[in-house]
Amino acid sequence: MNIHEYQGKMLLKAAGVPVLEGVHCTTVDQALNAYDALGSKVVAVKSQIHAGGRGKGTVYDPTTRDVVMEGGVKIAFSKDEVNTYAANILGNLLVTIQTGDEGKIVNNLYIEAGCDIAHEYYLALLVDRDNKSVLIMASTEGGMDIEEVAEHTPELIHKVVVDANVGLLGFQKRDLGMALGLSGVALKSFGKMLSSMYSMFCKEDCAMVEINPLVRTGADEIVALDAKVSFDENAEFRHKNWDELRDLSEEEDTEIRAKETGLSYVKLDGNIGCLVNGAGLAMATMDVIKLYGGEPANFLDVGGGANEEQVKTAFSIILEDPNVKGILVNIFGGIMRCDIIARGVIAATEALSLQVPLVVRLAGTNVDEGKAILAASTLNIHPADDLAEGAQKIVALIGGEA
Amino acid sequence: MAIWIEEDAKVLVQGITGKQGMFHADKMVEYGTNIVGGCTPGKGGQTVELQGKPFPVWHSMTDAITATDADATVIYVPPPFAGEAIMEAAEAFDSIKGEGVIVCITEGIPTLDMVKAVAYVNNRPGVRLIGPNCPGIITPGDTGGAKIGIMPGHIHAKGRIGIVSKSGTLTYEAVAQTMSIDEGQSTCIGIGGDPVNGTGFIECLAAFENDPQTEAIIMIGEIGGNAEQEAAAWAADHVTKPIVGFVAGATAPPGKRMGHAGAIISGGKGTAEEKFEAFRAAGIACAMDPSELGKVLLESLKAAGLR
Repeated sequence: MNIHEYQGKMLLKAAGVPVLEGVHCTTVDQALNAYDALGSKVVAVKSQIHAGGRGKGTVYDPTTRDVVMEGGVKIAFSKDEVNTYAANILGNLLVTIQTGDEGKIVNNLYIEAGCDIAHEYYLALLVDRDNKSVLIMASTEGGMDIEEVAEHTPELIHKVVVDANVGLLGFQKRDLGMALGLSGVALKSFGKMLSSMYSMFCKEDCAMVEINPLVRTGADEIVALDAKVSFDENAEFRHKNWDELRDLSEEEDTEIRAKETGLSYVKLDGNIGCLVNGAGLAMATMDVIKLYGGEPANFLDVGGGANEEQVKTAFSIILEDPNVKGILVNIFGGIMRCDIIARGVIAATEALSLQVPLVVRLAGTNVDEGKAILAASTLNIHPADDLAEGAQKIVALIGGEA
Repeated sequence: MAIWIEEDAKVLVQGITGKQGMFHADKMVEYGTNIVGGCTPGKGGQTVELQGKPFPVWHSMTDAITATDADATVIYVPPPFAGEAIMEAAEAFDSIKGEGVIVCITEGIPTLDMVKAVAYVNNRPGVRLIGPNCPGIITPGDTGGAKIGIMPGHIHAKGRIGIVSKSGTLTYEAVAQTMSIDEGQSTCIGIGGDPVNGTGFIECLAAFENDPQTEAIIMIGEIGGNAEQEAAAWAADHVTKPIVGFVAGATAPPGKRMGHAGAIISGGKGTAEEKFEAFRAAGIACAMDPSELGKVLLESLKAAGLR
């Protein structure tokens, strides 16, 4: 789960990480008041969306698609400029390298005091799969795309792995700070800041905290100028405050609804809907559809113990996508019995009066009973014995090549 | 022989009095797994009825292992308590026997809980963790066998193919594919789809290589991370037995979590294409469609003079 920069900075500030003064706004008036309140001559007017590359993005009018302004993060030197930038950004569409062409409507702004930057660094905390622990990454090349730095000058990225048995140690903070060329007051501030950030990472169950840039000011203070914070959704049960931090307008409607029903759904661009049990098999089903010349419309995992109601919800979610021209159901019954799935499929197709072709492949527990139930129904359901046959059938039925 | 779990291994169930735990414990007893009891804190002294027979419940894993000399435990504890359950089992196995296998089925454990639990287990070198978020491990026997997890027992048969996979139902698919060419399985392991887990591909491959019963291996990966690439590179130097591979997620869009917490292409890394390439470079025979795993396996067995 991602949150906005201004929310991330609230958490950082509460944890003791130095950030600049700033105000979250949703209207131009609020932005102007924020400028007065901050009392800083220079302020940054920052679009708040869940995607990176905002500074180098382009703001468009969402209806005409005319360019309104280059850059989704602007430095304003006067109240008039705040007015212009805030009006240009709010309610308009920001397209960045990470949003895709459709971009995102900006509903939130962050007005932040300026600061005197001596150097920009990169800093990130994340869970590292290889070391099975928290990894801290830092670089002197702040403000740049870190993947580019990793590719062209990997020697400029410094890493420290936290031993989960003992936590972040003093020498690790020193090593990392010195690798960034810090000394004296700045090195000390960096160490203190890193401890605070690591504590917050653990306490808030973060998946990633990325600060790009982290800056050293002229006065040798270390300040987080940006904040990209994401949470580990598995830990949601112990963070009641996440509900307030969640911006539902940043998430796909159908994906939210699927999650509420215990389904895992991701929308794709194709026209063959898939309903599968198990994440690996669901991915494999999409792959095989593509292998035989079709395009999957979605990833949908109904989980290991889906009931009739969930199967019905799954069908209705798939059918909400107007691109769907056919559906492939692929179930390998383990704990889930094929006869129950067969009944669920029939109930759902009847209730939703399904119009598109449907191919059902069942395997595993009670497969014969399941197949018999489907065969006995008067509905237009095409059976398949294995995944390849199922994929070929649905591709042929919607008029593609197989 | 099989790997890690023998046909008659003594198995405990953590969370045996819960709905999931009891349901699956019953299925395991039905399959023939040597279940010796379970553990639910606060319910020690009670018994649970599985397949019409009573099984004892202990308060703690220390009590349970002391009483039963169990070889393995399987965890069906809900996510908020599962990390702790793993550590309790690890400490009890380590201090009482110096060894033990922990299979964690639970899905949705906070990642930082797993970071802690894995570090704790790794400090106890005799203890092995499989999972979490996995179907478990099964060693089919001549009659019955040891099914430790949630997989449908009846689709398996004892044989010479070792299977290791990140996925649940896709593993069943692989099992069905071996059966379609009249081959059974030595041991099947689901290592789980979480970003931080216990046993990885390489340990499974090494164990299969050393297991005389296993003559060929099926390895199934999915997008995210680079465990498959590392395992392939390792296998090229260390595994002499034929390996057949598949990777799920060739059509997955970048940056989207595909069901499993670990199944995500981030920063353009961890794609299926990258993994298939690593497989091929290591001499692993790839199926592009899981329905062809049987066919590719048969070709590999023939090429190795095993059919």
